[in-house]
Parts: sequence; structure tokens; C-alpha cells
Amino acid sequence: MNNELSAIEKTVLSDYKYGFVTEIEADEAPPGLNEDIVRFISAKKNEPEWMLEWRLKAYNHWLKMEEPNWANVKYEKVNYQEIKYYSAPKQKKKVNSLDEIDPELRKTFEKLGISLDEQKRLSGVAIDAVIDSVSIGTTFKEQLAELGIIFCSISEAIQEHPELVKKYIGSVVPITDNYFSALNSAVFSDGSFCYIPKGVRCPMELSTYFRINAEGTGQFERTLLIADEGSYVSYLEGCTAPIRDENQLHAAVVELIAMQDAEIKYSTVQNWYPGDKDGKGGIYNFVTKRGICQGAHAKISWTQVETGSSITWKYPSVILKGDYSQGEFYSVAVTNNHQQADTGTKMMHLGKNTRSRIVSKGISAGVSNNSYRGLVHVGKNAANARNFSQCDSLLLGDKCGAHTFPYIEVKNNTAVVEHEATTSKIGEDQIFYCNQRGIDTETAVALIINGFAKEVMNQLPMEFAVEAQKLLAISLEGSVG
Amino acid sequence: MNNLEYIKERFNQLPAVGENGLGVIRQKAFDALNTMGIPTTRHEEWKYTRIGSFFNKEFKYTAAHPTAITATDLSAVRLPGYEQANELVYINGRYAPELSVLRSKGLTVQPLQEAAKNEYKDLVSKHLGHSSDYLKDGINALSTAFVQDGVFVHIKKGQIVEHPIYIYNITDAREANVLAQPRTLVYVSENAQVKFVETFNTLGTQESFTNRVIEIIVEKDAITEYYKLQTDASHASQVATTHIRQIGKCVTHTVTVSLNEGLVRNNLNIVLDEQYCEAHLYGIYLQQGQSHIDNHTVVDHAQPHCESNELYKGMLDDQSTGVFNGKIFVRKDAQKTNAYQSNKNVLLAEGASVNTKPQLEIFADDVKCSHGCTIGRLDEESLFYMRSRGITEATAKSLLLHGFAMDILEQIKLDPIREYVDKLISERLEFDIA
Repeated sequence: MNNELSAIEKTVLSDYKYGFVTEIEADEAPPGLNEDIVRFISAKKNEPEWMLEWRLKAYNHWLKMEEPNWANVKYEKVNYQEIKYYSAPKQKKKVNSLDEIDPELRKTFEKLGISLDEQKRLSGVAIDAVIDSVSIGTTFKEQLAELGIIFCSISEAIQEHPELVKKYIGSVVPITDNYFSALNSAVFSDGSFCYIPKGVRCPMELSTYFRINAEGTGQFERTLLIADEGSYVSYLEGCTAPIRDENQLHAAVVELIAMQDAEIKYSTVQNWYPGDKDGKGGIYNFVTKRGICQGAHAKISWTQVETGSSITWKYPSVILKGDYSQGEFYSVAVTNNHQQADTGTKMMHLGKNTRSRIVSKGISAGVSNNSYRGLVHVGKNAANARNFSQCDSLLLGDKCGAHTFPYIEVKNNTAVVEHEATTSKIGEDQIFYCNQRGIDTETAVALIINGFAKEVMNQLPMEFAVEAQKLLAISLEGSVG
Repeated sequence: MNNLEYIKERFNQLPAVGENGLGVIRQKAFDALNTMGIPTTRHEEWKYTRIGSFFNKEFKYTAAHPTAITATDLSAVRLPGYEQANELVYINGRYAPELSVLRSKGLTVQPLQEAAKNEYKDLVSKHLGHSSDYLKDGINALSTAFVQDGVFVHIKKGQIVEHPIYIYNITDAREANVLAQPRTLVYVSENAQVKFVETFNTLGTQESFTNRVIEIIVEKDAITEYYKLQTDASHASQVATTHIRQIGKCVTHTVTVSLNEGLVRNNLNIVLDEQYCEAHLYGIYLQQGQSHIDNHTVVDHAQPHCESNELYKGMLDDQSTGVFNGKIFVRKDAQKTNAYQSNKNVLLAEGASVNTKPQLEIFADDVKCSHGCTIGRLDEESLFYMRSRGITEATAKSLLLHGFAMDILEQIKLDPIREYVDKLISERLEFDIA
């Protein structure tokens, strides 16, 4: 027992390796939120009039809304007047090549293990890196442009492709959707934009890397991804933040649009700072992610590995509007210490012969709480809709909790919907089996957890899967004896 | 005047607080009703069931003169096997001793008002209203606010009640819309065994709304079976709460059969408050027309080493709607819990819909819990198999559905009742038992 405790302490103290702060001079807005701040952000970005109007509309709507409290999480409410809504690494002039980027910044990304160097082509991933609030560089832009793929920061897209942004922004997540999406719409400062033209199969993984650096800031990024008819794209997203005592807010919005026959694969490895072992500090991760299968035979697949954040509140959803469209959701959510996660998905079956699949694996340790909250809705006209959901929970320790709230609403009699869920702990017989074969308990636990999460891990692109597996081991190291 | 205002006025006409042993609990419930109000669909537990309209219409909350119900009326609603049963009759929510028959000796049935003052007063004050810990809404509070008309049933230590207890809830809606609030507290002592069968009937063509609460406390080594049959007409709606608290290692077995034509909301709460308890919950619903069935169940594993088993099956035809919400709580100390839950639905028509939410909340690690739910239609291959052997489509369908219902029917351990329910279901499915 003593051993076990010290093991826990050891890991807790040594765990979060991305917790450093980079000393970069930042261009910031004063804390607080009012109409002027919204105008300030818009002006900073040199945005057209329609964008400012859109933001102000969102802001005015946000004022009328109340912060939701239905989720199974407890936290100290955010004071929205104490947050800085804009913080950008200060730069003298516009950068033309990545060599001109602040060396401090480059070091940050090297520490994070992200190659911004175009030379490192072997990694074969195009990255858009967002620090605090702004995108600082996008790699492989030219090669992608040759295929007609637009991959840039959203501010750039607003300048250069206003017709696309104007048409699609807010079309999947309207500004009135929820409290946090309205807030995001008003103050989002950057994010990624991607457009894949008709019939193009994107030759490499596209990736965004988010990092909160400055103190007292919130990060509000916006991702808009459009896959036109018959195209394919695989998109990755990663996040980290420094260790700070106060809670920081992250309220992002991601919108995916898949036209006829298009396919989008969106993978996230979320590793925001989870707070220390007493639950102090950490990121509030209140994110709205939604995709729409606009045309027939479209497919959207969400894969997420959630190990960070003190509070996670996130439901990547798919609206299956086109006939024969498909939605998938694969998730591993790990909570340790005082972390709380309320995550899941929504599958809205509207078109005929639509299919969806949900695989959710929750792992709770310490005194954490892990909830799956999902909705499968089959509309009146969604003939022959098919859904299969599976939610498994693994409990490590006797002080944590696992919760399942699956809502299933079926209004069509030709639909077939199945849901199953189990909750268990790692069996003594399983550990004994491993011990017998010379595998120590710690490794055995890691082995079993990896097996438990394998179905989801298999969905991740290779480079990500390796990282995610390590992350899983680090997050839970020492929490089982 | 809105009906709720009328009900509140009726409350104020009742004897003042403190005049009987139930005053305090009644006042508390009345205050709770005033704060919470009647639940709307914004209330998470009432998301799919609307009852607000029953409080916008005029419903009379009065005791029909018991003599208005004759023995002929009663014989029309009697369940098979009544000759060998104890019969408790409630008219418009009030106990009618002159129509009730107690065949088993040593069975105590008395008004709650009396039980709250005599030798049972400790039991009553300890257990009455326990369901409100689990049902945080005005509708439960409404029942408790009028608890003075309730009945207390006591099964003494070691008593094996051979004759089942049939409870008839009769609403006389021949002259006006009626609100009935039958209320019962049952105490099953150590080593006792008892079986309950409960039914609901509305006479006449006016509307009825029944707000039923029965609380059953079971001591150690006792066995309790409880069957609820809902076959009431389309102008009869009800919220029926069954709250079972197992305070010793004991076994309970419940089956809910819903063949109602109106709106029915069932709350079934089972609290496993001692080690080594066992609870079995079964339900079948077959809905047609515009009917609405809502089954909310809670199984609270508060102590270690308990086991619960839950299976609800539903068939939804025409424009009917079905709601299932099964909650399983496993508290921090409830290690070695085994909890299983399953909900299966068949949608038979285009307009039918179902909303289901099997919910698990687990705070202990050494547990085995699983839940599952399915929604689908009849298996094409099975239908084809039968049709290729010369069975008509209609017969093949009713055969399959009857087979679907069998799992639950088999759980009714009282022969006359099982045969009766089988007959009712077969009639609905146009299935020939022979």
C-alpha cells in the first residue's frame, strides 16, 4: 500500500512535461469583455465589416444567455471579466518564411516535439501552429496549394477567401447554439481554415497545434474545415498549456462540412494542463465540435484521446443529413486526480440509410469523475438508420466515479439502434496472469489499459497513436497497485 | 381557476397541521409543492412526458360517496383468482373498507392517520415519504401533502401470506373529471412473504388522473413480489410510484405490465440499503393508438454485495410513444455489486417512437455493471422463415411478438395473473394461445 502511494506521488509530481512557460513578449488586449474588446480584436485582425457585425451579433446574444449547469461537473464559475481575450506573440513584421519566426517560439515548438521545419519532410505532416490566440505559421502551404487545397489560419482565410468563410462559418454551429459557442463567435482570435476542392484526396495529414502560453488568457480558436464533393482529408489536433495555478478557459469551436462522397477524419489528442494533484489550476476545456454530412455518402469520423484539462466538456457531433452518410465517434477519456470529464457525442440521423458508430472508453483514477453523455437521435424520415454504441468504463481506485448518460430518441420504426455499456475494474486474475509470466504489475496495468483502449487507438494515424499510447501510460502511471 | 390552485385550496381546508401525527410531513410536502410546482418538460426527469395539461383542466378532488360504487361495479373489474385473494379497494384514491376483503388472518390494514398514532407510529414516521428523497418533483410532493387518506399495511414477523393481496384502484369518473391520489405504506417484517397485485380502473367516460404512491419496506429474510397491471382506458392517465426499500438482506421481485391506452408514468425506485440484497425488476409495455408509457426506474446500490437484475421490453404500435429511463447508482461503499439492466424495444408502426436512456452512475470500483438497450423492428429473416412454411404474415408477426413478451410473462409467478396477462397481450397481438 505504501509503495502504491509513493508511486502515485512520484508520477503526479513528474507528470506534466509540457508545463513550461515561454518568455515571449506578447501583444495583449486588457482583461475584460465588452463591445470594445470585440471591436478591438476585429480591428487587430483587419477584418471586413461583415465579420465584425457577425461577432457583435454573437456578443449581444451571449449577453442574454446563461452559463449552462446541466453537465456532471463541478467547478468555480469563470469570471469573464478577468480574462484577456487577445494575446499574440509580438512580431515586428509579417513573416514570409518560417526562418523569420521568433527563435523563442521555435524553441517552444521544438520542446513540444513539433517540427515547424519544412526540411523535416519525413514527418509528412502539414502543421498550422496556434499559440495563445494567433496562428504563427503553417507548413507545406505551397505543395498543398498546387492541389488547390487551402490550408491557412482563419484570419488569413477571412482576408483571402471571404466568400468561403462567409458561406460556411456558423453554418454548423450557429452563434446562438450555446453559451460557449456564442462567446467563441464573438471573440475568436484565430484558428485554422481548410478547404479541400472537389475530388482531391489530401496527400498528407493536416495538423493544428494549439498552445496557451500567456498568463490569464483564454484561448478561443475556431476551426473551419470544408471537404468538397468526393474529397478526403485527415486532420489532427493537439493541445498543451503551461502549469499555472489559476484555471484558464479554452472555448473552441470546430465546424466540419462534408459534401457528397467526401470524407473527413478528425483526430484530437488533448493534453491541456490538468491541474495539480489537489485539483488546483488546469484548463477548463469547453469545446463545441460539430460536423455535418451535407451530401449523400459523406462520412465524418471523430477520434479523440482526452487526457488533459481539469474540466472537459465536449461533445463532437455529426449531423447525418445526406442519405447513406456515416458518422463515427471513437473516444478514450482518461481522468486522474481531481479531473472531471463530461464528454460524448451526438449523432443526428436525418437522411435515409444513415449509419453511425460510437465507441467510448472511459478510464477514471484518483478522485476523478468521468461521464459519457451521448445522444442518438433518429428523425421521422431517417428510414433504415443504424446505430451501434458501446461505452465501457474502467475504474482504477475506489474513490473515482464513472457515469453514463446515453439518450436515445427514435422516431422511425425502420431504425435499428443498439447501445451497450459495461463498468469494471482490472481483474486480479488478469494481473496474476501477467505476473506469472514475469511482467510486473505496473507494466501489466499499462498493458491491460492499452488493450482496453485499443479499439480507439487503432483509429488514430500512426504518429499520433504512438504519442497517445505514451500519454495514456503517463497519465495513469502509478495509479494502480 | 387553475386546477393546482384548486388543489392548494383543498389542502388549506384540511385540518390544521399538528392535529394528527402526519401534520409535519404534510406541511413539508405542501411547501415543496409550492416551490417546485408541477414538473414541465424542462425538468430533466420529465423531458419526454407532459403532465402539465392535467393541471390546466378542472379535476375534482373529492371522495365519491363510497356507496356509489356497488358490488356489481366491483365485480366487473375483479382480477381472476380473487376468490383466493385478499382484496383492498380504493375508490377515488380513498380506502373503502366495506368493499375490501381480508382473507388472511393476522394481516393489518388500517388508515395511516391511525397508524401514525398507535403502536406503528415509529415505523410510519421513519419510513413514510422516503420516496421524496428520490423524486424531486412537485407531483410526489402533491401525494404526500394529502397523505392523511393513505393506508398502512403491516405484515408481521414470520407471516407467510398465502393469499395474494389484490389492490384495486377504482376511479369513479361517471359525473366529473376526477383526481385520485391513493397512497399506501407497506411494512414487510422479518421472514415474512407476501405478493401484491395492483390494478387501475376508471368507471364512466369523464377523465381521470391518478397520482399513486406506494412505499414498501422489506426487512431481512423476507420475500416480496409486486405486480402492477395497467390496462386503463384512454381517458385515464396516471403517475404511479412504487418505492421499495430493502433494509435487511431480502429479495424483491417486481413486474410492471403496461397495456394502458392513456398516459402512464411509472416511477419504480429500489433502494438496496443492506448487504446481500437482491432485486429483480421486469416490465412489459404494449402500446397502441395515442398512448404514452414512461418507465423511470432507479436502483440504488447503497450497500456492498447486492445484486440487481432489470429487464424491460416494449412493443410500440400506431402513434404511441415509449420512454424508458433506467438509473443504476452504485455508491462508494457498495463494492462487489452486480447490476444488470436491459431495455429492448420493437417499433411496429411508422408513427411510433421511443426515447430511452439507460444511465449508470458508479462510485465503487469492484463492481460488475452492464446495461444495454436495443431499438429495432421484427427480424425479416424470422418472418421469411415462417412465411415460407405457409404461415400468414399476420400470424408470423404475432407469433414473434408473443415470443418477445414471453421472457417477461414467465416472471409473473402467480398462475391466474400470468394467464390473465397472457390473454390480454395475446388479444392485443391477435395471437391465438391455443
